[in-house]
Amino acid sequence: MMRYLAALAVLVGFAIMPEVIGEYYVEIMILFMINLILASSFRLITTCGDWSLSHVVFMGVGAYATALLAKFLGWPFWGTVLLGGMASAVIGLAVVFPLLRTKGFGFFIGSFALGEFVRLIWVKFHFPFGGPRGMIGIPSIELSDIDFYEAIPYYYLVLLFTIACLAILYRIDLSRTGKVLKAIYADEDLSRCIGINVARYRAMAFSVSAFFAGIAGVLLAHRLGAIDPKNFDVNTMVYLVIWVVVGGVGSFWGPLIGVAVMMLVGEAARPLAEWRPLLFGGILIVFLTLLPGGLDSLMSKVREMLDKRTADGTEKI
Amino acid sequence: MAILEVKNLSKNFGGLMANRDLDLEVEEGEIRGVIGPNGAGKTTFFNVISGVYKPSGGTIKFDGTLISNLSPDKIAGLGVVRTFQRVALFPNFTVLENVNIGRHLHARESLFGAVFGMSKQKEIENLEKSRQIVDFLGMTEHQDELASNLPYGLQRALNVAIALATEPRLLMLDEPVAGMNPTETAEMTRIIRLIRDEMGMTVMLVEHDMRTVMNLCDKITVIDFGEKLAEGLPQEIRANKDVIEAYLGAEDIVA
Ligand SMILES: Nc1ncnc2c1ncn2[C@@H]1O[C@H](COP(=O)(O)OP(=O)(O)OP(=O)(O)O)[C@@H](O)[C@H]1O
Ligand SMILES: [Mg+2]
Repeated sequence: MMRYLAALAVLVGFAIMPEVIGEYYVEIMILFMINLILASSFRLITTCGDWSLSHVVFMGVGAYATALLAKFLGWPFWGTVLLGGMASAVIGLAVVFPLLRTKGFGFFIGSFALGEFVRLIWVKFHFPFGGPRGMIGIPSIELSDIDFYEAIPYYYLVLLFTIACLAILYRIDLSRTGKVLKAIYADEDLSRCIGINVARYRAMAFSVSAFFAGIAGVLLAHRLGAIDPKNFDVNTMVYLVIWVVVGGVGSFWGPLIGVAVMMLVGEAARPLAEWRPLLFGGILIVFLTLLPGGLDSLMSKVREMLDKRTADGTEKI
Repeated sequence: MAILEVKNLSKNFGGLMANRDLDLEVEEGEIRGVIGPNGAGKTTFFNVISGVYKPSGGTIKFDGTLISNLSPDKIAGLGVVRTFQRVALFPNFTVLENVNIGRHLHARESLFGAVFGMSKQKEIENLEKSRQIVDFLGMTEHQDELASNLPYGLQRALNVAIALATEPRLLMLDEPVAGMNPTETAEMTRIIRLIRDEMGMTVMLVEHDMRTVMNLCDKITVIDFGEKLAEGLPQEIRANKDVIEAYLGAEDIVA
């Protein structure tokens, strides 16, 4: 009951927010929601123990697909969003296939190399990707007379997609498929020996997560109107890793909290200017060493302690 | 026809021949014991049959099908499932969730099914079956506890429960009563007998506890230094000179 009320409160909050905050913050909120999709889809691969260093590249695949389709072919939004996601999912499959032989550190580095390979294609080919300077003039979205060039309509569109993507990712997390991924992480040998095709599940998780990263990329490209290969480089990837490490991947909510907290920190630390990366690096180290489970693990610890205290209290009575 | 036929099976680790030229046939419905001193190659033998290791030579047939080059999940899919000598479970899942993961082969959930809850009926059936298995192993009161919080004996029992949930035709148990106290050992012995008698599974088990092996097994295969040393009925093995020698100083086999 409490949980439904909380969910409802969050939804209502998001629905009325654009009326309350200024345009600048509406733009920030749009980025925030896109990042939620990105971080939550990233968690899906980490549940089976695969930490990929190429996830933002798949956001790029969605973004570049959008740019090509909308700019050169004049495709409408529904086309770009579907094909952007699909392109990411398919390229994700191609990328993960050779990586299935690797685990842990090997997977981490291998995914970086293959992601970089995809990214270098954008850098090297001036036609059609625009080379290092990327692509500009990506059309905004127009749907049945609503002009999504305005921040507020775009906010609601992104809100809708965020709810849908997170709901699907949440369902996957709770499903048998989600449990199988966690089982693979916990004990791969045992998983195999009870009939789980480990490679198949890892590939599926990677591809599905690339799909949602692609959707995030589509939403980003239509909003920014211009993209370049730097948007999707390892720098951005490190930020994603920081969000997810700070939030923790132990539960579905961890990465979402991580994005929220770190984007707030980022805004608050604006005066630090070029010192900001140092702050972020410091935070990453602190979390990795002192709280490897992230804020999520902290919350469950607090909950446990509260439970214990109430339990003790009732005993005394 | 034997349900499991192993011919000339070898497994080398570098220069070490952990299994050499093993021949073995297990009849359907049998309880087969595999014994041998430490390091004899029993676990390696299980690892090779279950596909965890590729054999260096020889063939393995299950129910007439060649399985020696299949992956572990395919072999499990055909009905050959093994437990591990170590405690192997999913520590962050509850007991019931652990067993229910063992129902994987009977679930076949698609991604769309996962998102839209299309396999609900199937999942209700799987959960029901998992409950029955938890009950069968006498763990109903622990079903909602995290596997990592269980005492050792129950964790061992849970290993067997997970394997049982796959409904194998051949169940291979690697030291199922190792580290259990006498009460737990007696209970597990009773359960293994029921697995054969009531569920009709063929059982092959590695065990150092001679009382359990002699009690339970229809036939025993002895492995020493990777080779088959002897094979026969429990009373034959107990009287076998070579076996007694291999276990030099191990008076428990005579007891
Ligand atoms: N992965 C491996 N790599 C190298 N050597 C191995 C490997 N697995 C097993 N061995 C070696 O193979 C031999 C047989 O080991 P195995 O575990 O099969 O013995 P076991 O009969 O199960 O012994 P125990 O009764 O102690 O469990 C040992 O010498 C062991 O060190
Ligand atoms: Mg062993």
